[in-house]
Amino acid sequence: MIHALDFMLLLLLVIIALIAISLKDILGAVIVLGAYSLIMALAWLEMNAPDVAFTEAAVGAGVTSFLFISALSKTKRWEK
Amino acid sequence: MSEKMVESVVARTISRIIIPFIQLYGIYVITHGESSPGGGFQGGVILGTSIILFGIVFSLNTTKKWISKKILILFMSLGLLIYSGIGAIDMLFGGKYLEYGKLPLPLHSPEMSALSILMVEIGIGLCVMSTITLLFIFLAGEKSGTRMDSWEI
Repeated sequence: MIHALDFMLLLLLVIIALIAISLKDILGAVIVLGAYSLIMALAWLEMNAPDVAFTEAAVGAGVTSFLFISALSKTKRWEK
Repeated sequence: MSEKMVESVVARTISRIIIPFIQLYGIYVITHGESSPGGGFQGGVILGTSIILFGIVFSLNTTKKWISKKILILFMSLGLLIYSGIGAIDMLFGGKYLEYGKLPLPLHSPEMSALSILMVEIGIGLCVMSTITLLFIFLAGEKSGTRMDSWEI
């Protein structure tokens, strides 16, 4: 719809994804992935798909973060 | 991970205030699923997230006192039963699977469709909510090496 907003959201997505894969702190990477899901939900909403945005916000930012963190609590926090 | 309660007063107070609203919102999303964005899955995830928040803040043991693993497995099966049962009832009365409007109720067809969709959404919501909560209990609560299919609480 609004091309400038589209461009900004997609650029932000790429930046956040690059940050997430380059972090050595895995807990930080999980949090950044939560932010990725939030921006992705905004992008879905901007593409007129509120249902998918709903799912992305609830599952991607909520449940997946928890699953990653609880899996992380059984291993080490820092990547070698 | 969550053996004892979170010490922060702010976290406890805010969660105690906000958890009922999250659950109300989840129920709203489930029941308005046929006419607005959202539906059984999204509402169920929101309900499950509220229980996860409760479990993180007020320790897993308190959560288990409120809602046990057996009840969750029962809810999961009940949700699936509601979903597939409505479809099967439609088939019994001469329609296709999940063909709304074939139910033997004294209602007009659109109302019956709305009622059937509501029941199906409630089934999906129950199933998803208990699955998410079970994931939380299994991942956060069990000692490593416990069998995932054990019914012990």
